[in-house]
Amino acid sequence: MDLSTLTYIFVGGSFALYFGIAIWAKAGSTGEFYAAGRGVHPVANGMATAADWMSAASFLSMAGLIAFTGYDASIFLMGWTGGYVLLALLLAPYLRKFGKFTVPEFVGDRFYSTTARVVAVGCLIVASVTYVIGQVKGIGVAFGRFLEVSYEMGLLIGMITVAFYAVLGGMKGVTYTQIAQYCVLICAYTVPAVFISLNLTGSPLPQIGLFANTVADGTPMLTKLNQVVMDLGFSEYTALKGGTVNMIFYTFSLMIGTAGLPHVIIRFFTVPKVRDARASAGWALVFIALLYTTAPAVGAMARLNLMNAIQVGEIGSPEGNLVYDERPQWFKNWEATGLLKFEDKNGDGRIQYYDDKNKEFAAKAAEWGWKGNEMVKVDRDIMVLANPEVAQLPNWVIALVAAGGLAAALSTAAGLLLAISSAISHDLLKSTFKPDISEKQELMWARVSMIGAIVVAGYFGLNPPGFAAQTVALAFGLAASSIFPVLMMGIFSKKMNNTGAVAGMLAGIISTLLYIFAYKGFFFISGTELLANTPANHLFGISPEAFGTVGAIINFTVAFIFMKMSAPVPAEIEAMVEDIRIPKGAGAAQDH
Amino acid sequence: MSDHDGQGYWAANIRLVTWLLVVWAICSYGFGILLRDQLDAMVPFGGVGLGFWFAQQGSIYVFLALIIIYSKKMAQIDADFGVHED
Repeated sequence: MDLSTLTYIFVGGSFALYFGIAIWAKAGSTGEFYAAGRGVHPVANGMATAADWMSAASFLSMAGLIAFTGYDASIFLMGWTGGYVLLALLLAPYLRKFGKFTVPEFVGDRFYSTTARVVAVGCLIVASVTYVIGQVKGIGVAFGRFLEVSYEMGLLIGMITVAFYAVLGGMKGVTYTQIAQYCVLICAYTVPAVFISLNLTGSPLPQIGLFANTVADGTPMLTKLNQVVMDLGFSEYTALKGGTVNMIFYTFSLMIGTAGLPHVIIRFFTVPKVRDARASAGWALVFIALLYTTAPAVGAMARLNLMNAIQVGEIGSPEGNLVYDERPQWFKNWEATGLLKFEDKNGDGRIQYYDDKNKEFAAKAAEWGWKGNEMVKVDRDIMVLANPEVAQLPNWVIALVAAGGLAAALSTAAGLLLAISSAISHDLLKSTFKPDISEKQELMWARVSMIGAIVVAGYFGLNPPGFAAQTVALAFGLAASSIFPVLMMGIFSKKMNNTGAVAGMLAGIISTLLYIFAYKGFFFISGTELLANTPANHLFGISPEAFGTVGAIINFTVAFIFMKMSAPVPAEIEAMVEDIRIPKGAGAAQDH
Repeated sequence: MSDHDGQGYWAANIRLVTWLLVVWAICSYGFGILLRDQLDAMVPFGGVGLGFWFAQQGSIYVFLALIIIYSKKMAQIDADFGVHED
């Protein structure tokens, strides 16, 4: 069977499954819509959390980033898994004991303040919308490639699908769909990785293959990769390329951002007990680790295969480079999407792919008649999708990867849209502005706000601020600087009061937003940057993506100062904090 | 539950969490980033070494172990202080 038929079968089959589950588990009450009736088994919740969590960024972009940045991409590997330790140890059990539906609800009740709740809704929406933009980009890339349409058209189709799917489901539907999506995405990720690892190193486990010797000549895979990239002027794969300080701040920002992302936190409201919330975080990390320990192998091997596919012979000899007219089918397919571009600068009909910004190497290349890097665009986000084709795997593997990429993007988009819509309908309308609306009306508003969020995300998807993973990284900075600190203080400090919490959240998120906007443009609109986004311009070398850590420190500091200057916490709130610290009685909260 | 017990429970909880977070920080920021070159030099393999392994593999396994230990130990502490769920 040819590739496009297989792709339609795999993608169509998986979609039929998701829609079937969504219709079967359609939410009838707000309890089901927001928290799946709190009846989800911890292992099932762990799997759903993993799908919710592992987005287009994890599935598509991360291995691409690893492929092109090597060791430096460890930031994402450690940052996006280490946060689960914080979530399990510091937040999940207590928030489950609190026993409500949303993150702003906790903030509003704990800090006895409608203002605090509204500010938390604002922080949640800013962080979640930024995150959704990354997903939308991923959906556009995946649909665009596999339905063989332009990125814009792919994005539009994807958005309509998500809209239909998420609006119907609610938390109950989304949970069970995410379990199916996890199974699809993990197979799609690991199957090609196993094949490629076997081909290159003879080891069926990519985690081992990454450190194994190549079948071809017995040198370690990573040594070989270092050699190949450095021979073409690129920087050494396994060496640190950025600054150590930035790496630490960036990793920490991703860790506390992970723990502060509302769409992940609300998953822990769905389990029956406090001990389930603890165990569930562990299960989530088991399922996540399966992909995250595979990703570095996928990235390294994809890079090696890509380099070898283009530099087919000896470097510098005229026959060493791939003839453009003989380029393989995957090359043509990706050219059609505009994410891969070739320009024959020296007119020899062959492809020269090297680092022309490396002056020393560029001078040497000029002697061979090379007139600049001819792979003028290699979008990192295509690496995972292109990988099986580059490695010449069977067509059904390629079709499976398509279905997996879409599952990853859809499941996360659905989870985020759920967090956004519940914040608007439950925390803004029901709890703040229109307390007298009926449950049925609240459900309707949840669905309406979801559609609104999709439209906003779609706009930014057409004008994307960066690679999907980087856009997502910004969302983490925002969650890190606002939501994580306020939740920590709410649980671990009995003395933190309403004024301190509000001031801290505002200071944290505003400082982080300003820092990001200064380098990336206001509201990511290009041309409005205040400073060029280069390490030399950064404060202490801290990039905008890494600033969440600083934002969190600002948040804690400002909150503490304002707390000292204002009235102490009422006794009943102190009692409430004591109550959420002990697991006993979580069953009662379930009947909320 | 008396107030005294409540404080003891919370102190035991904080003690456990602190130790686990120390390990968490050492394995990621320590082994994976700050001490990476030293570890690579001490235990080289696969063209790199232990530091690179911690940054891209090992720290994730450690994180997983930490959550499992936390979950088990907390269940024990809950039971010791009589604040476990029925």
